[in-house]
Amino acid sequence: MTKKNGAVILLECLIKEGVDTVFGFPGGAVLPIYDALYDSPIKHILVRHEQGAVHMADGYARALGRPGVVIVTSGPGATNTVTGIATAYMDSIPMVVITGQVPTALIGNDAFQEADIVGITRPCTKHNYLVKDLKDLPRIIKESFYIATTGRPGPVLVDIPKDVLTAVMGELKYPDKITIESYQPNYKGHPGQIKKALQLILSAKRPVVYAGGGVVLSNAAQELTAFAEKLGIPTTTTLMGLGGFPGTHDLFMGMLGMHGTFCANMAVTNTDCLIAIGARFDDRVTGKIDEFAPYADIVHIDIDPTSISKNVSVDIPIVGDVKEVLKEMVKALPQAKALKEHRKGLSEWQAQINEWRTTHALSYNQEPNGKIKPQFVIEKLYELTKGNAIITTEVGQNQMWAAQFFKYDKPRSFLTSGGLGTMGFGFPAAIGAQIAFPKSTVAVIAGDGSLQMNIQELATAVQYKLPVKVVILNNMVLGMVRQWQELFFDKRYSHTCISVAPDFVKLADAYGAVGLRAKKPSEVEQVLKEGLAVKDRPVLMDFRIDQFEGVYPMVPAGQPLNKMLLV
Amino acid sequence: MRHTISVLVTNEFGVLSRISGLFSGRGFNIESLSVAETLDPHVSRMTIVTSGDDKVLEQINKQLNKLINVIKVYDFTGEDHIERELALVKVNITADSRAEILSIVDIFRAKVVDVSPRTYTIEITGDEEKISALTELLRPFGIKEIVRTGRIAMARSPKQK
Ligand SMILES: Cc1cc2nc3c(=O)[nH]c(=O)nc-3n(C[C@H](O)[C@H](O)[C@H](O)COP(=O)(O)OP(=O)(O)OC[C@H]3O[C@@H](n4cnc5c(N)ncnc54)[C@H](O)[C@@H]3O)c2cc1C
Ligand SMILES: Cc1ncc(C[n+]2csc(CCOP(=O)(O)OP(=O)(O)O)c2C)c(N)n1
Repeated sequence: MTKKNGAVILLECLIKEGVDTVFGFPGGAVLPIYDALYDSPIKHILVRHEQGAVHMADGYARALGRPGVVIVTSGPGATNTVTGIATAYMDSIPMVVITGQVPTALIGNDAFQEADIVGITRPCTKHNYLVKDLKDLPRIIKESFYIATTGRPGPVLVDIPKDVLTAVMGELKYPDKITIESYQPNYKGHPGQIKKALQLILSAKRPVVYAGGGVVLSNAAQELTAFAEKLGIPTTTTLMGLGGFPGTHDLFMGMLGMHGTFCANMAVTNTDCLIAIGARFDDRVTGKIDEFAPYADIVHIDIDPTSISKNVSVDIPIVGDVKEVLKEMVKALPQAKALKEHRKGLSEWQAQINEWRTTHALSYNQEPNGKIKPQFVIEKLYELTKGNAIITTEVGQNQMWAAQFFKYDKPRSFLTSGGLGTMGFGFPAAIGAQIAFPKSTVAVIAGDGSLQMNIQELATAVQYKLPVKVVILNNMVLGMVRQWQELFFDKRYSHTCISVAPDFVKLADAYGAVGLRAKKPSEVEQVLKEGLAVKDRPVLMDFRIDQFEGVYPMVPAGQPLNKMLLV
Repeated sequence: MRHTISVLVTNEFGVLSRISGLFSGRGFNIESLSVAETLDPHVSRMTIVTSGDDKVLEQINKQLNKLINVIKVYDFTGEDHIERELALVKVNITADSRAEILSIVDIFRAKVVDVSPRTYTIEITGDEEKISALTELLRPFGIKEIVRTGRIAMARSPKQK
């Protein structure tokens, strides 16, 4: 019988899990893995910073719906992953992070490049493991993928000491199936609760669907659309839910929350029946909690019981998978004729929604000879791609404009760090998405500040010939923070000016990417066209935008949703 | 309100820090915590005394259940159950006080488990009130040291045949 070492066994386990791509960066503790990778069919993407690897794996997972996999070394390699892991954790993204560790005998001795990464990541992983014996490795890898991808997804970290990687064992016996007694997510909603919810929904006069990231995670966009259409219910999504309901649909009201549309925020404030679907009542969404949906009975479908009645108490909770529950609900709906009657009954509400939709629609004013407006760049990008693109964002104003002015018809076409709000996420996430979909147009809508937090990954994108489009909305400030200073700190612009910055066109050139710049509105379309045409390397497009453009509407923190600052 | 919660967990490396980290990270109180193996050596029981309003307790319960290592969570509140703590109390003695202390120990069905010329060490088990009552009575004699365990609890068996 041939003997294999732990590193080889690990890669075989990954292959059994269907992994064909990993993102990583080598170092002493993982040398055995890198040696095994040398003749493995697994494709390894060599990043320039471990945080980049994690965001890439994250973008890959968000775009594809399969877990991303990361391999890094012990100590600094491991600690560099923490922000990325926390980002994935907050947004419930499936991921398996493999970290090297010092040999078992040295653990706890302050050995060279030792860090207690299991301890450090305990609060920001769904679960994590230290592998102490090679014989446990296959089971732990099996469990890791199972835990990462089932129930409410999330990142799992597996810390493997070097001596476990070099130990040898016989043939791999990889378990086909796994059950964990203490972990059994519930997918089917309770039939009694589903029935009660439907009764309530059918009797509502002013119903609203508030859909979140759970719809995307559950691959339930179709079911949601069918549900809303049959019942004629106006629908809003959270930032994370964008794409989970078609952005061009008649029933769509846009995003709700702090930077949500007037229409969505008014609808939620006035609804008598709020149907929350895979959403977690985040404070960016609810505004002042006591005045959120004050007239509504609330139905909440969520797979994670801790999300239910955490911030807002719910009248009809349904613990289960969005897709399963919506299927059951649609099945139990009345006949087509009765539904038609029902929709007619909502026409007054529909008219009210339409009025809100038009009175304060999202808007901006692009003077032909004025400064470039960021919204204009995004609308042009939408026009030129016909919406056929995967868009990632950095964090800040760029992110909010991307949420407001591009329309996402398909799930997994809008990838953003919502929960942690991690600057530096968008660019590596776009690289990950491009690797998942080599033929698609992948663009990151970036702020000049955020982009510089993981700009080193340009080298990675160049190395793998990835034509990621970097749309820099360059306002030379930390725009979102500056906006808060403008509104709430007397325009005291403390440390938000970052005009000392690289020349992004030259920078692109230095990395072997393409660099383009637009300074006038009339140049925007040309730059985008040129950028979109590049097929073999990344493109940095430096749009010099109006520094003082703000994101509106805005609900000031702690205010109720209907107290919006409008443009 | 105070709650005594029993948590069955898989007996694995790091479980205690997962639980205590959950409580500290989410700002839940821990008043006492005791841990030991159960009949099944792969399973440990943690008995946690915590407090909070209904909403907090609901989250504590759900968040505990969400941990992969947690098998079962049981809140004893409102259930007929037995609670016990154990305390060791080292109290000063003099020729005059000895007899009185011994009679207190007797009334409480406690035990003197160590004797020195100047001190008695008294062991007592009981619920919280009983232990507090004893320590209050001993305090005037001069308590040198007191060590208490966390609380443990067990549901009473149904009485009918
Ligand atoms: C600068 C900035 C501004 C922001 N402004 C806004 C804003 O104006 N509006 C806004 O909406 N957000 C905004 N956000 C994002 C916000 O912080 C939250 O990330 C977001 O609102 C959470 O979205 P969600 O409720 O859909 O939850 P997610 O984080 O996507 O959580 C998903 C929920 O679905 C559940 N779930 C997962 N899988 C399933 C399944 N299979 N079946 C059932 N349920 C499932 C999970 O348990 C969880 O409860 C902003 C973020 C930043 C950085
Ligand atoms: C890692 C990190 N540090 C700090 C912040 C706080 N923050 C939120 S938005 C923002 C400004 C972002 O500036 P930029 O990337 O230029 O985008 P803009 O808002 O100008 O579009 C900052 C500093 C953050 N979200 N993430």
